[in-house]
Amino acid sequence: MFRIVSEPITTGQLIQAVEDPGAGAICTFHGVVRDNNLGREVDYLEYEAYSEMAVPAMERIADEVHRRWDVINIAIVHRVGRLEIGEASVVIAVSSPHRVEAFEACHYAIDRLKERVPIWKKEVWADGEEWIEGSVISGQ
Amino acid sequence: MDIKVRLFAMYREAAGASELSWELAEDATLEDLWRGLREAYPELPEVKPAVAVNMEIAALETPLHAGDEVAFLPPVSGGDRKRQRVPCSE
Repeated sequence: MFRIVSEPITTGQLIQAVEDPGAGAICTFHGVVRDNNLGREVDYLEYEAYSEMAVPAMERIADEVHRRWDVINIAIVHRVGRLEIGEASVVIAVSSPHRVEAFEACHYAIDRLKERVPIWKKEVWADGEEWIEGSVISGQ
Repeated sequence: MDIKVRLFAMYREAAGASELSWELAEDATLEDLWRGLREAYPELPEVKPAVAVNMEIAALETPLHAGDEVAFLPPVSGGDRKRQRVPCSE
């Protein structure tokens, strides 16, 4: 399951998508909207995606995960639009026979997602707003 | 030739449009396209942007073909660069 959605993310759906009788562990990661950044109070965040490219980029990350770790399934869902404090912007679920692989694969997937998948984040404060710039997408 | 241009995030806001149909000379490259866009929309930043042609990352020298979808991609949020990156990558 690899999706860009505009409605709240249902974690249960991702867990269901990765469940497997051979799984001994399911690890989930939730990226949630924090109320502050670099000393500034954040009002809300806005996410925007190039969905037609973001979904294949997520699939590529999943391929890499399968090559590196003994995992069974991986699911990634990212939300776009206006998100309030405490809401999940991204959820990743990984199932594997043993827990270590699920933890590591989940960590790997969120780091790659943030540097490589065409999804942008705007912070909105009481008195201004800014698109957050980090990695240049390089096609690796 | 006509090119479909997609703009996102700060580039979209600078141009005031998320999608444009843009006419270019037959031998034009991505660099020519970006220059043209910057002339039309001076608020677009003076950078060498990351670009995707038909959903694949492409170099700025890449020649274009009629009907191509060209997306200019601002830097993504990339997490907090001051923090430790994943310990289990390469």
